[in-house]
Amino acid sequence: MAKVLVFIEQRDGKAKKASYEILSAAAAAASNETHAVVVGDGVAGLAKEIGTYGAATVHVVENAALKLYSCEAYSKAVKAAIDAVKPDIFLASHSPMGKDFVPAVAALCDAGLVTDCTSVTFEGAKLKLKRPMYSGKAICDATIVAAGIQMATVRANSLGAPKMDAAKTATVQNVAVDLGGMKTKILEIVKGNSSRPDVTEAGIVISGGRSLKSAENFKMLEDMADVLGAAVGASRAAVDAGYRPHRDQVGQTGKVVSPSLYIATGISGAIQHLAGMRTSKIIVAINNDPNAPIFQVADYSIVGDLFQIIPALTAEFKKLKEST
Amino acid sequence: MNLYVCIKRVPDTEMKVKLKADNSGVDLAGVKTILSPYDEFAVEEALRVKEKNAGSTVTAITAGPAEAIEVLRTALAMGCDNAIHIELADGSDSNMAAKAIAECLKKEAPADLIYFGKEAIDDGAAMVPQMVAARMGIPSVTIVTGIEYSGATIKCKREIEGGSSETVEVTLPTVIAASKGLNEPRYATLPNIMKAKKKEVKAIKASDLGVAASDQKVKLSNFQMPPPKAAGKKIEGDAAAQAKALVQLLHTEAKVV
Repeated sequence: MAKVLVFIEQRDGKAKKASYEILSAAAAAASNETHAVVVGDGVAGLAKEIGTYGAATVHVVENAALKLYSCEAYSKAVKAAIDAVKPDIFLASHSPMGKDFVPAVAALCDAGLVTDCTSVTFEGAKLKLKRPMYSGKAICDATIVAAGIQMATVRANSLGAPKMDAAKTATVQNVAVDLGGMKTKILEIVKGNSSRPDVTEAGIVISGGRSLKSAENFKMLEDMADVLGAAVGASRAAVDAGYRPHRDQVGQTGKVVSPSLYIATGISGAIQHLAGMRTSKIIVAINNDPNAPIFQVADYSIVGDLFQIIPALTAEFKKLKEST
Repeated sequence: MNLYVCIKRVPDTEMKVKLKADNSGVDLAGVKTILSPYDEFAVEEALRVKEKNAGSTVTAITAGPAEAIEVLRTALAMGCDNAIHIELADGSDSNMAAKAIAECLKKEAPADLIYFGKEAIDDGAAMVPQMVAARMGIPSVTIVTGIEYSGATIKCKREIEGGSSETVEVTLPTVIAASKGLNEPRYATLPNIMKAKKKEVKAIKASDLGVAASDQKVKLSNFQMPPPKAAGKKIEGDAAAQAKALVQLLHTEAKVV
């Protein structure tokens, strides 16, 4: 029997799908006693929903100082929950939030941590983990050899879709935390000017390379992304050319993504780009150079002029969405 | 101000991975190594703060095997004043590195700012900066793309999810993990590269910082190449036909849209 505690990430009172993915997977392993922790201000109302994804107990850490996320306050809040629950295993999404604060929690708990896991299996009380190295140029097993809590952050879209059961309910426990003397203060959050998801979280990512020729031409990809609810990514060459901001860059010196569908347009497939997207489930490559290395990892290849194919593809996706 | 910058030597991004015969790791023999790209932003930021604050010193720190000293030479050539090489065996984990760096910093002149790159591009673990901060009981701000300095507090702009960003005010001392966009790193000039070769590098054994083999919490094994992809389908025809065929395949065969 392993006691597993899963961190449920929320912003503005809305829980992240990636957290439920982990919670469902933990609850599905019969040998687990599954707990969840949610942190914020006025987030107790989420406990009911969290229960439907399989948590037997939801631990709620509420404090006015937790209204906006900071590594300092959240790491202390989660540490308090860990002290209360005393889990064998702690899991969180490898999201921008999770990857920021979980290492601090691991240091506070003197626990072993493996980040960015692409495979998590529960073998009794022991976690079996796989993670990419060199941004996915290789993959290895990671074993937490130290005694104590085993901690891992999990890459989004790695553990299958979250499973909800409206009949399931959870017990709710409140956890108190003292957050006096915080040295960080969030002054302002500037929302991205798009409603599109982050490349690391999206189920579909549409990326463009230097062959798009200008920042304006990325509008074609944005139009397609909006039909599919997808994120727009870019190659290093496109970012270096100033077509997109660095936060959209996919690759070893950008973000590593693993969506169910990755559409690469005008991207030749430099080794450092392939490292960032090759674990995507389905890869579509569109390029005018039939010898581009991207075609070696593509499930579906189109050799042709992307300026003709992208608008045609957007129109077809639109038709499909309207008919289903 | 006492400024520290913690850096790592990593294989070049263009490296083609070759596994060791026993799958215990990646064969790095003969591979070109570099200063991890995000660490360049960290070094540059520390140097700019030093240049604006007379009497400041920048100390570069790395933890790693003998060859790790190369990146300290790079940092010295860029303009760092001092360098510390914490001798830590190859194969040590992030926890050992974080403990060694934190213990080292506790013994040096009290830090005002400790800069890191947001992640090293070899393991991409992105955890040592926050672990060092937590071990020292000071805050950390990661993925920082801009900093406004004003005395005992600084304002950091950092990236968060969904293309959003936030401004965080933090009281010094603090750990900063730098991302692209923070600055444009300088190139070392040839005379400075030559001078850097002669500068003293302080060597400290990790064991003298209280780091033992028992501090290793994570072991990596069974390295594999990513599973090869089955040959894909090539879609022929004109643009309209290709688009139509692709959407059909994605919908009915791959079932991803």
